Amino acid sequence: MTNSISEIKDCKLIFLIGGNPTEAHPIVGLEMKKALRKGCTFIVADPRQIWFAQQAKLYLPLKPGSDNWLLNAMAHVILDEGLENKEFIKTRTEGFEELKAFVKDITPEKASEFTGVPAEDIRQAARLYAKSEKSAIYYTLGITEHTCGTDNVRCIANLALLTGHVGKSSTGVNPIRGQNNVQGATDMCLPDKLPGYQLFSDEKVVEKFEKNWGVTLNKKLGNTAPTMFDRMSKGEFKALYVIGEDPIMSEPNQDYTIKGLKSLDLLVVQDIFMSETAHYADVILPATSFAEKDGTFTNTERRVQRVRKGINPIGNAKPDWKITCELSTRMGYKMDYPSPKEVWDEIASLVPMLAGINYGRIEQNGIQWPCPDVKHPGTKFMHEGKFPRGLGKFFVLPYRAPAESPDKDYPLLLTTGRTLYHYGAGTMTRRSAGIIHKTNDCFVEVHEADAGKLGIFDGEMVKVVSRRGEITARAEVSDKVKKGVIWIPMHFAEAAVNKLTMDAYDNITQTAEYKVCGAKIEKI
Amino acid sequence: MVMVPKIKVSIDGKTVEVNKGKTVLQVANSMGIQIPTLCHDSRLEPFAACRVCMVEVEREKSNALITSCSTEATDGMVIRTDSEKVLKTRKTVLELILSDHPKDCMTCDKCGACTLQDLAYEYQVRDSRFFEKPDGGITEDENPAIQQDTSKCILCGRCVRICSEVQQDYAIDFKHRGFTTETGLPFGKPRRETTCVLCGQCVSTCPVGSLVEKQAAGKARDWELKQIKTTCAYCGVGCTMYLNVKGNEVVKVTSKTGSIPNDGNLCVKGRFGYDFVHHPDRLKQPLIKKNGRFEEATWDEALDFVAGKLNDIKARYGPDTIGVFSSSRCTNEENYLAMKFARAAVGTNNVDQCART
Repeated sequence: MTNSISEIKDCKLIFLIGGNPTEAHPIVGLEMKKALRKGCTFIVADPRQIWFAQQAKLYLPLKPGSDNWLLNAMAHVILDEGLENKEFIKTRTEGFEELKAFVKDITPEKASEFTGVPAEDIRQAARLYAKSEKSAIYYTLGITEHTCGTDNVRCIANLALLTGHVGKSSTGVNPIRGQNNVQGATDMCLPDKLPGYQLFSDEKVVEKFEKNWGVTLNKKLGNTAPTMFDRMSKGEFKALYVIGEDPIMSEPNQDYTIKGLKSLDLLVVQDIFMSETAHYADVILPATSFAEKDGTFTNTERRVQRVRKGINPIGNAKPDWKITCELSTRMGYKMDYPSPKEVWDEIASLVPMLAGINYGRIEQNGIQWPCPDVKHPGTKFMHEGKFPRGLGKFFVLPYRAPAESPDKDYPLLLTTGRTLYHYGAGTMTRRSAGIIHKTNDCFVEVHEADAGKLGIFDGEMVKVVSRRGEITARAEVSDKVKKGVIWIPMHFAEAAVNKLTMDAYDNITQTAEYKVCGAKIEKI
Repeated sequence: MVMVPKIKVSIDGKTVEVNKGKTVLQVANSMGIQIPTLCHDSRLEPFAACRVCMVEVEREKSNALITSCSTEATDGMVIRTDSEKVLKTRKTVLELILSDHPKDCMTCDKCGACTLQDLAYEYQVRDSRFFEKPDGGITEDENPAIQQDTSKCILCGRCVRICSEVQQDYAIDFKHRGFTTETGLPFGKPRRETTCVLCGQCVSTCPVGSLVEKQAAGKARDWELKQIKTTCAYCGVGCTMYLNVKGNEVVKVTSKTGSIPNDGNLCVKGRFGYDFVHHPDRLKQPLIKKNGRFEEATWDEALDFVAGKLNDIKARYGPDTIGVFSSSRCTNEENYLAMKFARAAVGTNNVDQCART
């Protein structure tokens, strides 16, 4: 997020697109509710009538995968009606003329055909967003889990650059991160970059790491997870060490994932439970939960926060950091740290954006990166006065259709997501008594008109089928989801929606298109 | 910037200059003067239901008792928080509240953390002069998360207000009239059939033992619990919370107002989704698959096996046939080490994590 969670309550306008904070990020949801009580205007774009859609001044029920049309058409309206921030565009951006020429033809009327949102509502959304004194965009995976996910994010950035709604308090571009430490994992652990997004192409950076670690680095950029699975399918990959992840549940097209894992000579799974993936392992290493270890997480507002050990490890389990160190030492590369604090000190010494953060400083409250030195207070909101690359760049982004759209054989558009009560692959929440008493089964949201055509009643068990597999789930019939769209949560191993989703990926981030594929429903 | 006008207020003989728009309670607290409260929670709008925050304000004709939580401080106000009149009134209010509250502190889970108990002690209210008739009891409900005992409810309305003002779920409200008034779910429905989202915010704000964490009931007295400050391991918001530990067991999870970024609020997963930690399914011993079946192994056996096999594959096929998946669920330190392991120990850049999925 470019802004902080504490800034949400002071927003004058929130444009929420492809995110459902009351369920997926409940405490950010509470901050948005505070803003709502203070009179903040909400524009909500989502194929489902989520809680904030019901409270919004403007609800745009767009068809999944059509975000590009909506966002480019909003840019069109902003320019057509002269609502752009000319000073900001002149001093802080580049590539404006190209964008202007491109969006000239993206009229709300055309966008309406693709999105299903009335043209006048698109106009109104653009006006409200551009004119408000403190507008902020909030989005999550509804924007990114597409083959055009990066394009979508850049379309959002275009709107912020056009209006100058970035680099100020309560005004910015805010992806709400899904997992507790997805920010930190990305900061630390990428195949094509060194920690803190430092580049292999920078000789000084490589030299710094080589000197600190006492090794010569392999200069060939690494494979992303999808590329590793691709190489597995071709028999080019031999071993995988999986730490705290359940790819069989979380990767798209489950059959393909399982085939890949089966092709390996060695699969090592390090986890707290026997996950779906662990069944295919050659060796399972028992790790500890967050309650049994020390360390730090980095939250969605870039705040590095302490995790503290409350209890001793259960059974013979060991914290992940210890297991990795012991394994490394046995392989011949010695890793020996008395505690995670010393690991952090090494990180801070190598990563400039984290250099000013240490355990002593975050004893009470976490600090938000970038924090370049120990006197620096941390960064509440980003991009004030300057972007990391200098000028903000407009991108010209023509619409690209999803990899698979509904057709004659699979006429419904399947989109997936998360619920309030369960989390991820369900390994934790489905072992929590209070939660499973409330809800513990997979369901498929179907629009009442579609259900009517199929003769399906609310509560009935149905079969959901795609080109890649089928699952059985309980039908939830209502008008919550857009007509022609069905929605299934991802938490339930016995009805894993990723048996149905497609292994098509964003061209840049290689995030899978979990949000769009063709499907059909059959009566049982 | 809009300039906020300043006002002068005198409390217990000390005068301060503060911004206009604060309540008497807020001004007193900012001066380090404590005023007892029961129905006040900084996350909620003032309600002035419990009346224990009464203070005396000087007036021309006769001094007035006002509720400090709901009265805005005004310029020139002279306030006493500890006059005889205030103390006597407060004691009477406590007697009235206790007339409708059971005195079973010895078995109450809130004992030691109960504001009413603390105030009764401070003001030495042993018996109430009023007719005593605590009614109600534990509401029967199968849900294992939240336990309600209506006999202990003091009608401060904090649960009702946090549900409507903060959560905006409107799942609970006041019911009935007079002595039989209580708070709760509509029509005596089971919790899971109502709009209650099990956030447990009502539990977090209840000043007495009327709403408690059901799974913690009977497990530990408050003073036996060690509170360990940590960060929630579910979504990316990063709520600050406290593991309440007795022995080697997480008995419950709580938070505190003022915590960053959640101000004491938690959701259903953060507050009640901790019991997986002690679930019998936890993996407790390394396992090696032999002839298609997992067999328990020692750490030495398992780690030597993996290290040997990885070195073997590396030597035979090269390091780039090996990959490491780390996790957004692990700490920064663990992700860093997984990355370092891939690059320094294996010699490959094939290291990724679940941020893409």
